[in-house]
Amino acid sequence: MAEVIKKATRESYGEALKELAAECEDLVVLDADLAEATKTVMFKKAYPERFFDCGIAEANMMGVAAGLAASGKIPFASSFAMFAAGRAFEIVRNSIGYPHLNVKIGATHAGISVGEDGATHQCNEDIALMRTIPGMTIINPADGVEAKAAVKAAAAYNGPVYLRFGRLATPIFNDEASYKFEIGKGITLKEGNDVTIIATGLMVNEAMQAAKQLEADGINARVINIHTIKPLDTEIVCKAAKETGLIITAEEHSVIGGLGSAVSEAVTQCCPVPVIKIGVNDEYGYSGPAVDLLKKFGLCADNIVSKTKEAVEKFKK
Amino acid sequence: MDATIKKQLEITATEIRMGVIEGTFNAKSGHPGGSLSICDLLTYLYWVKMNVNPSDPDMKERDRFVLSKGHCAPALYSTLANKGFFDKEELKSLRHIGALLQGHPCIHIPGVDMSSGSLGQGISVACGMALAGKTDNADYKVYTVLGDGEIEEGQVWEAAMFAAHYKLDNLVAIVDNNGLQIDGPISEVCSPEPITDKFAAFGWHVITMDAHDFDSIEKAFDEAEKISGKPVVIVQKSTKGKGVSFMENKCSWHGTAPNKEQYDQAMEELNARLAELKA
Repeated sequence: MAEVIKKATRESYGEALKELAAECEDLVVLDADLAEATKTVMFKKAYPERFFDCGIAEANMMGVAAGLAASGKIPFASSFAMFAAGRAFEIVRNSIGYPHLNVKIGATHAGISVGEDGATHQCNEDIALMRTIPGMTIINPADGVEAKAAVKAAAAYNGPVYLRFGRLATPIFNDEASYKFEIGKGITLKEGNDVTIIATGLMVNEAMQAAKQLEADGINARVINIHTIKPLDTEIVCKAAKETGLIITAEEHSVIGGLGSAVSEAVTQCCPVPVIKIGVNDEYGYSGPAVDLLKKFGLCADNIVSKTKEAVEKFKK
Repeated sequence: MDATIKKQLEITATEIRMGVIEGTFNAKSGHPGGSLSICDLLTYLYWVKMNVNPSDPDMKERDRFVLSKGHCAPALYSTLANKGFFDKEELKSLRHIGALLQGHPCIHIPGVDMSSGSLGQGISVACGMALAGKTDNADYKVYTVLGDGEIEEGQVWEAAMFAAHYKLDNLVAIVDNNGLQIDGPISEVCSPEPITDKFAAFGWHVITMDAHDFDSIEKAFDEAEKISGKPVVIVQKSTKGKGVSFMENKCSWHGTAPNKEQYDQAMEELNARLAELKA
């Protein structure tokens, strides 16, 4: 069996920016004193004249990005998700969202897998916040290959985009040569008719592992990767609801306002079926190694397996 | 300043003030006080200083304007209407459902370079526009107007640091120092004073001017033109409600519209001023 290559999606973000720079002359990058961590440092080293450090001032950074976009630039404004979506929320809403400016927000260190830094930096609310902004596109890539493709698609798209990346190195499962990314299009990774597991971000790989275990136990689960949380691919979600009658969602985000909420909102309108949400419950995280924290919070294949079995038992028998 | 030009500017400023009264009266809401304090400034910017084209509002080489104190939209709209960006009749439907003119500036309105209204944000956007101009070696300048109460917002000082760090000498910020905010005099609410010292400490070139004297305004902008290597702030000493006797220096006119009687009186005063100037 081939060795699993692991890479953090933030790493792919940095690489993609650098690769894009040559062909996309209007692309500029902003950071708020976190270039080493967000990996925009790769771009900074290669194109110092197109990189602007804003210092520890995320509110101003988002406004500067808006002004650059209003003047024809394609700014990628980067910080940790907590500060990009949290601290700067109102600036993103009023200075970027309302005028619908072509700003890309590169938010790294999202979710519980930030690890040791603990609750203040573990942002489990960013998708919920960004979803409420009209016209905002939200992309949460599942691996390095998808992250790179997402950055390139975001640059080519005209409008505000929130890109969510992780700190932790996670397995690359997409094949770079054949992978195709389309904003707003979910991907069916495995067919199945007993239940559908809809996952996003680093939970997609866990969902695939879970489906294999479920298969061995006689449950044929469909697995869908939703990289674009907004606009949601309601077609693929509603089709899954109709054909499998039961949905499990899995995300490294609060169960309030994220993928699980978006999927629930969609199926209640097209085909109401039970939706079991796996994510961070209504609580804060805490310090610890990322991999251990993910297990503690049930963000792993084993928990998807047990929750799916429970749900199949309850709703399908 | 040439006396004929000065008189013409005073006439235009008075007509813009009439638009402010027209707009807020018809809207039955809005912010006449702070709008009236920036009418002379906007007149000077749009009739003397700025390179703009009403028939091509998005002209690439235009000078940019961001009304960071967005609640003074009536003054900006009246300026743009008088300049020919859109019909003056639009002022009568300010803030109405389905109207072009939103309660606060919106980027989709011809001549409005940026949506604004949430205080403290416009100056950051102006910094971004100035930075884009620098990286493109473009000639345009960026002007932004802030309220003296507005600079209590922390984001303003993040932007002030940024502008000085990136030596944005194509950026001119004007602080409208009328001394009053919603809850009272700025010195009593949560004082942002000393304003000039603060900006100087943040690395800006600081100029002061009399907001209602075109000679003083011209002198200030002539000085601003000569500065290189740092951003310029002009702190203009102004009178809230300027030009309408019963609105002058009254906090209560920050966000209250004139009723019919007050509208008639304000228009009478402004028409008298106009007749005097035209005589």
